[in-house]
Amino acid sequence: MRLKLVHNVWQMATSGLLWAVLLLAGLVLWLPHAQPLFHALFPLLERPVYTQEPFALLLWEHCQLVALSSAAAVLLGTGLGVAVTRPSGQPFKSVVDSCVALGQVVPPVAVLALAVPVIGFGPGPALLALALYGLLPVVQGAVQGLAGVPVGLRQAALGLGMTPLQCLLRVEAPLALPVWLAGVRTSVIINIGTAAIASTVGAKTLGSPIIVGLGGFNTAYVLQGAVLVGLLAVVVDLAFEQSLQRVTRYARH
Amino acid sequence: MHAEALSDPSGAAATLSTEKHNNVLVLLTTSSAVAMFSLPWLTLAPNRLVSGQPLRLVSLLQAPWPLSAGVVIAAVVTLVGLSLSGPGRRTLWVMLAGVMGLLPVLCWLAGAQASVAAQTASSAARASVGGGFWGLFGLLVLLMAELLQRLRLPPLLRSLSGLTTAALVGGLLYAGACDNLSIMKEFANRSDVFWSALVRHALIVAVSLGLTLVIGLPLGALSHRQRAVRRALMPVLNVLQTIPSIALFGLLMAPLAWLGNAVPLLGQSGLSGVGLAPAVIALTLYGMLPVVRGVLTGLAEVPPGVLQAARSMGLSGGQALRWVAWPLALPVVLAGVRTAAVQLVGLAAVAALIGSGGLGAIMFEGLFSAAQDVVLLAVLPIVGMGILVDGVFSTLARMTRLARVRALATGARHPA
Repeated sequence: MRLKLVHNVWQMATSGLLWAVLLLAGLVLWLPHAQPLFHALFPLLERPVYTQEPFALLLWEHCQLVALSSAAAVLLGTGLGVAVTRPSGQPFKSVVDSCVALGQVVPPVAVLALAVPVIGFGPGPALLALALYGLLPVVQGAVQGLAGVPVGLRQAALGLGMTPLQCLLRVEAPLALPVWLAGVRTSVIINIGTAAIASTVGAKTLGSPIIVGLGGFNTAYVLQGAVLVGLLAVVVDLAFEQSLQRVTRYARH
Repeated sequence: MHAEALSDPSGAAATLSTEKHNNVLVLLTTSSAVAMFSLPWLTLAPNRLVSGQPLRLVSLLQAPWPLSAGVVIAAVVTLVGLSLSGPGRRTLWVMLAGVMGLLPVLCWLAGAQASVAAQTASSAARASVGGGFWGLFGLLVLLMAELLQRLRLPPLLRSLSGLTTAALVGGLLYAGACDNLSIMKEFANRSDVFWSALVRHALIVAVSLGLTLVIGLPLGALSHRQRAVRRALMPVLNVLQTIPSIALFGLLMAPLAWLGNAVPLLGQSGLSGVGLAPAVIALTLYGMLPVVRGVLTGLAEVPPGVLQAARSMGLSGGQALRWVAWPLALPVVLAGVRTAAVQLVGLAAVAALIGSGGLGAIMFEGLFSAAQDVVLLAVLPIVGMGILVDGVFSTLARMTRLARVRALATGARHPA
């Protein structure tokens, strides 16, 4: 038991995830005190560190926006994916497929721009746009994962006397998990990027320093926002990578 | 019950599927009707800045408005009825023809209504189409896709019917049938800006895609042969793809600005923190992962036996790669290129934030001035460009796949 704990900590320490999290936290706390460095880097700028909101607050709001919208997207998307892979929902699969295919050519930023006139400025349209756009990869992952389960396995489970629900939860879901998780990962990563652009429609996110900096020709602001957004995406991606490894190991057993 | 289904899966599934497929048609037609009846069809505003008064299609049935609104309502209701009747193949054809006819009629009707509104109001007045129009239009497009699939038409005929409908709508717009709609007025106001933005957008995508291919294809081939290169390259590309576009643009800004200042020659040739250079560099980096991954997967899928046969027939390693492996890998490579190209069309819109121009510039202008029609004016061509790029590359992939199947089947008569 104790050995396992040590092993887990060791794995975390060598995985990069821990270091990335520490780096992100450190940067968020250190940047407000980094005036001397940025003065040296950008001597022409009067105020080279973004101070309108604390970076920690921006990070928190960014994560909140992504978490809420991704949660909505995952719940709805998984439900849709499960529904169209049931025998009774199978015919609707083609409609969902065409929606997903069409949705993929619409850039996320366009969804954001179109949501504004409908709901107005603020975090509202950002939330809606992110949830809507995040839906597509989740649906795709759920459908591909569940459709990839061999028909024979399903029939065997039913033949053993499982109810369709038991079959879904005990046989199909574990087998579909890695593909589904990959879809969720894509969705969340896209949402982190789109949430940064959402500061153009009035949401307070880590994109705010970038947008303010671009508007005021303050390259230092842009750099600070960009580093934090990029790092956040890398952290979340690494976390998904680890859970994906765990899940595939589990699925192989 | 399960035993029954197992004993006769084909028959039961077949009857079930026709019945259920009608449910899909019923769902699409009834939601079209709901969208048409419940959402605002047209919005009339005294000028482009204030939000207007929404009007439903049913309230546009009286005298000053074109009476063909009744035709549209009747047509949609008929479609609902046909879908409820458990349509056979012939009825499906009728429905398809109806939908293909209805789509241009919708645009024409909205344009005609806008013209009537223009006659009765001041010249600054704006008539824009609302959620009812977009909802009905979108659902009818989905219905058309479902009907085409249901009729099991060959892919060429499917694309052809899509193109025909698009051409009819485009023709109406070109002929000026919708000129009084707000979005077309915005278009007329900035048509020169629009076309140059469109060209610039296409140019940004084309240049970055070209650079991606020039670098990505050899890089992919190299990392296929050298495991060390693959090990080093793929994590880097993965991280690059993970970093959000706006962050990558931002990260490139400072170094490029510094480089442009430090090396005057580069600065004079247009390299700076904002504009085209960071956009093209960032987009090239983004396109790299799908392309390299496509090359790797494609080359890995080439059956080793085929390569061995080629080598034993006297082809050198390079020749085998050039004449055997590449043609066989091409469909998968093209699928990767397609993913990259579609992504780049959307990302080029974000690049407008760092001053690269293109359709994204119009989009953000509309966004910042809260003008929905300006946003739409930019978003619709971006989506159109995405569909076009997607269609071109998937057709290419399909053609090469067919060629590959044929080549493998006939046992490659050419030096290939």
